[in-house]
Amino acid sequence: MSEDFSDNKTIQAQSSETISGGGSGITPDMDYVRPAEVGEQDLYHGHSFITKWIFCQDAKVIGVQYFLLATFTGIIGLILSWLMRLQLGFPELVPFMTAEHYYQFVTMHGMIMVVYFLTALFLGGFGNYLIPLMVGARDMVFPYLNMVSFWSFFVAVGVLLASFFVPGGPTGSGWTLYPPQAILEGTPGSGWGIMLMCISLILFVAGFTMGGLNYLITVLQARTRGMTLMRMPLTVWGIFTATVLAMLAFPALLVGALMMSLDNVLGTSFFMPTILKAGEVLEYGGGSPILFQHLFWFFGHPEVYIVELPAFGIISDLISVHARKNIFGYRMMVWAIVGIGALSFFVWAHHMYVSGMNPWFGFFFATTTLIIAVPTAMKVYNWILTLWRGNIRLNTVMLWCLGFIVTFVNGGITGIFLGNVSVDVPLSDTYFVIAHFHMVMGIAPLMVIMGAVYHWFPLVAGRFLDEKLGKWHFWLTFLGAYSIYFPMHYLGFIGVPRRYFEMYDSPYVTSAVGMNEFISLAAFIVGAAQFILIYNIIKTLKTGKPAGHNPWQACSLEWLTPTVPPEHGNWGDRLPTVHRWAYDYSVPGAKEDFITQTTPPSEVAHTKVEKT
Amino acid sequence: MHVGIIFFLVILGSVLFHIFTPWYWTDVASNWGGMDDTITLTFWIGGGVFIAVCLFMVYCVFKFSYKKERKAEYKPEDKKLEKILTWATTLGVAALLAPGLIIWNQYVNVPKNAIEIDVMAWQWGWQYRLPGEDGKLGTTKVVNINDNNPFGINLDDPFGNDDVMIQSDVINLENNRPVKILLRSVDVLHNWYVPQFRAKMDAVPGIVTYYWFEPNKTGEFEVLCAEYCGVGHYAMRGGVEVQDKQDYDNWLQQQETFSDLIAKHKILENEKTKLAKK
Repeated sequence: MSEDFSDNKTIQAQSSETISGGGSGITPDMDYVRPAEVGEQDLYHGHSFITKWIFCQDAKVIGVQYFLLATFTGIIGLILSWLMRLQLGFPELVPFMTAEHYYQFVTMHGMIMVVYFLTALFLGGFGNYLIPLMVGARDMVFPYLNMVSFWSFFVAVGVLLASFFVPGGPTGSGWTLYPPQAILEGTPGSGWGIMLMCISLILFVAGFTMGGLNYLITVLQARTRGMTLMRMPLTVWGIFTATVLAMLAFPALLVGALMMSLDNVLGTSFFMPTILKAGEVLEYGGGSPILFQHLFWFFGHPEVYIVELPAFGIISDLISVHARKNIFGYRMMVWAIVGIGALSFFVWAHHMYVSGMNPWFGFFFATTTLIIAVPTAMKVYNWILTLWRGNIRLNTVMLWCLGFIVTFVNGGITGIFLGNVSVDVPLSDTYFVIAHFHMVMGIAPLMVIMGAVYHWFPLVAGRFLDEKLGKWHFWLTFLGAYSIYFPMHYLGFIGVPRRYFEMYDSPYVTSAVGMNEFISLAAFIVGAAQFILIYNIIKTLKTGKPAGHNPWQACSLEWLTPTVPPEHGNWGDRLPTVHRWAYDYSVPGAKEDFITQTTPPSEVAHTKVEKT
Repeated sequence: MHVGIIFFLVILGSVLFHIFTPWYWTDVASNWGGMDDTITLTFWIGGGVFIAVCLFMVYCVFKFSYKKERKAEYKPEDKKLEKILTWATTLGVAALLAPGLIIWNQYVNVPKNAIEIDVMAWQWGWQYRLPGEDGKLGTTKVVNINDNNPFGINLDDPFGNDDVMIQSDVINLENNRPVKILLRSVDVLHNWYVPQFRAKMDAVPGIVTYYWFEPNKTGEFEVLCAEYCGVGHYAMRGGVEVQDKQDYDNWLQQQETFSDLIAKHKILENEKTKLAKK
């Protein structure tokens, strides 16, 4: 690994020497970049409104489509969370709120936020928009497939939302969909609801696979000249690795959903043992409910990193740009992303310490889980070391980054509680778990999404978002969300179990009434604060300050397109040629505090560039 | 300037909240105080890391916020620093993992003198069965369950006859005597959980799961279902009363055994047939 770089380290000293690039060794040219190995891609250019904006094959438009639909679904998830918080903070205030409804809202909120909001937004949204631009490709390698991917997602969302209108309503089995209860009466939506949920997930996985293949192959095959893997921005590394995880993890969810549908519709017994219900023995026998949990969490845990790894990548880039400093320890960051991704397949049963699986597994999974804390901690150190001796612009984007660091470290450390098998025993299935995962994979990734929106909006729309509104948005969201989830951990210490429709008759949880009211109020404010962003976008889309070229003085390729916003095909007549990594900020001797990736070494020969 | 101050106040507020919180765990009433100790240790190490990282960040915000004339440092890597941080983190993680695994080892190894209790769960309730004088529980099957045989005991299993049946959601336990909770469910997942005992485990239909604890405080405790089990989940409560040996023995003697139950049902049936004949 280190050899890749040792060749390049001495570039500034090589001005008079020959570089043996690409095995040719003929050109004594320090700006030499290996020629392209494949010809350029033919693109289908849309010519009508429908082919340009609806059934569109341009990854950027598809990215925006994914973004908008995921946001729409996320707003539904947000409204559901308000309804839940109303019930928990002020029970009996909502007249129609029954236990059935409450559990349906819990379930749909969870599934929407994890899969249809976060996953779709990070990979479908940011992945589509940024990958081709950041690696210097004209588009995704399979544009048509990419279009189908979005429309599969569209249908999946449609099927999911349709379940609100079928007899029995949506499934109320919790987002984990555990059988046997998911398909037995006594759980809301055990007929139509769960069936539509499974169909929707299957459609999502199918559509996602089409998109995922695109991301992978584009990164592997369509990088522009000079864009080596170790020169890619960490955003691309994060999304790429997350996609590999998704390709391996989603099939487990797919078969789980299929097998449960068979149990439900055809009466097979994959997950169904002998069951006595209302005095009658059902026609099931021999199945294992725990098998489903293994399948679910074999998907479910990598899923956490499918959301986190793109967030890690994006935040690294945002911090680096706005601290005017290269990301500290780039190679460590890449290997940490890859290592976390690999390890994430060996930790799934830490969700199942008290599930009734063989308890001896606990030793193995606790160890693997705590090992994963090491590369994760390294990433955190490298983020704050990037701030160290930087030149930090405290704009809205940086605020979201700082908010991410606080919430992610907080949520990461509570993860060490829960991963450490015997500590998990008293805390599992309590509000501590809810507080933990909302902090680490709800709020922290949300901070990244918001930071990314403020950062890349000038690229997508050609105008800046309003900074003042952005700061209001940030402080309300950060302080509000922190005061929701920080105290919530302590409800878990008391022992308050999660998924309780109401709970106030236990003597020792009565003290939590006040806290629940406070948390609910904070949740209403945080939710409402998100509409500031929507207002901000609508307002600045037409009247915002024009951004122009490369408004943040960034090094990476996506800002270097000939037009802003980039047009279909991204690069005009000629693909860019890459000469360095994406982080040459504040290089000693350079005229400005950044050197773009396309700047040839001859132009900055006098600077002390250490790394390319 | 104000950015750093607000972030600093958030960190300070978190620490103060932790110190002065009125919401903290209930007094432990079992042998699993070690779990609390590990949590405390994790708080010290993890909390220390949280504070250190965040304060470092706040310091950077104060010290290195944007000035036009200043240029950031250019330092792509620092192998030595990265190595030190990796090893320090590994050490910290190992220090947390070790006590966690030691306690888990106790958790999965049940003491030999533990009394076994069959905890049977359904939507939405609990009932309990204790071994009789033979010290063994009879084997069961879900399909055997009916009004005459509420636990589904196999009738040809001789160990089942003297089993003590407690058809109530409250069970009494003897203080300072380890119990092995054997969990089973006839329908969906459940979890028999008393916060003060700290321990829990899911009841899974089709298999028998277990965990153990040793109550060490007398008194009444509430049982909560801790695994989502359908619309009645939040109402699926039960109770435990921990008693000293003498009280416990008195209570135990008043309970019905399986053979008592069979006999009672026989008498009832005989009377029914007599009535029918008349």
